[in-house]
Amino acid sequence: MGGSTELLMSTDIDLKSRARSLGKETLLGLHLQLIRIRLFEERAAELLEAKEINTACHLYIGQEAVATGVCKALRNTDLIWGNHRSHGHYLAKGGDMRSIMAELLCKATGCAKGRGGSMHLYNKEIGMLGTVPMVAATIPIGVGAALAAKLKKTDDVSVAFFGDGATEEGIFFEAINFAALHKLPMIFVCENNYMSSHLPLTDRRTTEKLFELVAMNSMHSIRADGMNVIEMYDLSTEAVERARRGDGPTFIEAETYRFRGHVGPKDDLDVGIRDRDILQSWIDRDPILQLESLLVSEGYTTAAKLETIRKQVLAEVADSVEFARNSPDPDGSGVLDHVFIGGAK
Amino acid sequence: MRKLNYGLAINEAFHQCMERDDRVFILGQGVLNPWYVGETARGLDTKYGPSGRVIDPPVSENGMNGVVIGAALAGMRPITIHPRLDFLNMGLEQIINEASNWAYAFGGQQSCPCVFRGIINRGGEQGAQHSQATQALFMHVPGLKVVMPATPYDAKGLMIAAVEDDNPVVYIDDRWLYAEEGYVPEEYYTVPLGKANTIKAGKDVTIVAISYMVKLAQEAAMILAQDGIECEIIDPRSLTPFDDDHVFSSVKKTGHVVVCDSGWKTAGVAAEISAKIVENVFDSLKAPILRVTLPDAPAPSNKYEELAYYPTARHIVDAVKKVCGAKQAPQFAVASSNGVSAS
Ligand SMILES: Cc1ncc(C[n+]2csc(CCOP(=O)(O)OP(=O)(O)O)c2C)c(N)n1
Repeated sequence: MGGSTELLMSTDIDLKSRARSLGKETLLGLHLQLIRIRLFEERAAELLEAKEINTACHLYIGQEAVATGVCKALRNTDLIWGNHRSHGHYLAKGGDMRSIMAELLCKATGCAKGRGGSMHLYNKEIGMLGTVPMVAATIPIGVGAALAAKLKKTDDVSVAFFGDGATEEGIFFEAINFAALHKLPMIFVCENNYMSSHLPLTDRRTTEKLFELVAMNSMHSIRADGMNVIEMYDLSTEAVERARRGDGPTFIEAETYRFRGHVGPKDDLDVGIRDRDILQSWIDRDPILQLESLLVSEGYTTAAKLETIRKQVLAEVADSVEFARNSPDPDGSGVLDHVFIGGAK
Repeated sequence: MRKLNYGLAINEAFHQCMERDDRVFILGQGVLNPWYVGETARGLDTKYGPSGRVIDPPVSENGMNGVVIGAALAGMRPITIHPRLDFLNMGLEQIINEASNWAYAFGGQQSCPCVFRGIINRGGEQGAQHSQATQALFMHVPGLKVVMPATPYDAKGLMIAAVEDDNPVVYIDDRWLYAEEGYVPEEYYTVPLGKANTIKAGKDVTIVAISYMVKLAQEAAMILAQDGIECEIIDPRSLTPFDDDHVFSSVKKTGHVVVCDSGWKTAGVAAEISAKIVENVFDSLKAPILRVTLPDAPAPSNKYEELAYYPTARHIVDAVKKVCGAKQAPQFAVASSNGVSAS
């Protein structure tokens, strides 16, 4: 069998030709999804500042290309699994803004009926059967879903999104080993944003090359530019094909960065746990600006059209806030409901 | 009436569940091992191994619990097996954080139908980490169903019910019961979760006993009968959901209670059952409740220390005599009749 561990670096030229092979429609679709996540998250940040959202939110701003590229390669019946930072995963997999915004306000119309809040998102229709904030917890759960697909003989794929911090949990290696051993249709997407809460990766590991962690498991493993949605989409497509063919799991380390702080709307510069220059160097590689400049320079769209799209998305965001605000709170009478499916007896 | 031992009753449940429902599969540590799980996995691998439905996994308890949760969420009906509750302790995160919460945290939209089978495997000088009976941990957590069969009949019927249930079920069996023989119907049947069983009727004292303690309670009842004390033995069978009414109505009849559990005393199953009784049927009590449990100490290895450590029928006899010997109502019952509420 023999997996491969490869390091991919995309050059400018090859990106343009990859863009051409994707075609205008796909490129604009990717762009729209990036913008949807960004503007949704920026509005969520404002509502957090205003204390209208009170559930703990871990914003995805800066990392949009990862969820967007991966989910574009998936179909509806493929399952994705997330963590505490999953607003982007929800939207990228096809979740509607209303149901997630209402969940952030913990309203009864939210995707988890107001029970979950930001860290427990759920939407069966889009193949998202639950995100949870226990670091690394959904990695084996994702593998279990991949095992289910194999036993049921569907060619569905299961994808676990998790951060660099999650690779420090023992359960990560348990899941990797099992998925490799049973050649499961599984994709591990490690969003390496080089931070776990307040600790940089260098304070937690002797290597920053996380894609090498799984090398001993004979698993295909690649490092991707997580700020580049085209590369993310291409590599994910390959991983999905490999999984559907029955050729086993893939590990993708997506190098990326979150522009906001660990939790909440601020950037964590205020509390002295991040370096301003490092942050700026990543902001300079903003995945949305990168794609937009390519789209315009290569003639796929114009600045004016991009502005129109931005306005449309802002309207979608505003509508979701309106919807959430007008939705009822759970009234407390059902607080003991659903401890068990089918009631307590 | 066909008789089967407890271990083979579990085995028959596995075979029948797998035969009837393609969604059922077993991810069980030691299912390919000749001694880890007794006879409970007999013949499964030959029959279902080729289709991938019997897997003896790497030693990754928490990871494997996660795998069965994920498979359950994705539409399967998995069973995982941990040959000792001590080993299962390595996998508590997925059970206590994930499986138990899934229905509630997502507003009742998603079921997580999986069975975590853990075996109590103690005695024989195995020591502190090969002996534990940690059922109280699971009973404590909302969102988990917990069952502990005491008889071959229940061992089969509760396993089938656990597999059929839409919720995560912790199924705990005790190797000290594996050789017990009893009536087990050949056909597929369930013992409903949350239904207690009266093992023996009697008017003087209620012995609430679970799992292996039921056997000891039966021995104790025979001894006590010679002294003219008629014991009623109630086996809750499920710790969650708990059949309150069944236990309470027995207590109302006898007014005397001894609660027997194979786990530790403090904050344990017997403590919880006692509290339920005190909160709900306090006025019926003619004496304080006594508990027969493990002492609050880890398990020893040496055989003489084991003899001193594990409760026997004699302990239950003594407890019953003490409870029934109380000539008059104790202090707290007097307070209650004066209108002071028990809860
Ligand atoms: C099991 C567990 N331990 C600790 C935490 C607290 N915690 C929340 S997020 C986080 C950092 C996770 O970092 P990473 O996995 O890289 O994800 P990121 O926040 O960077 O997206 C920690 C330690 C937790 N939620 N779960």
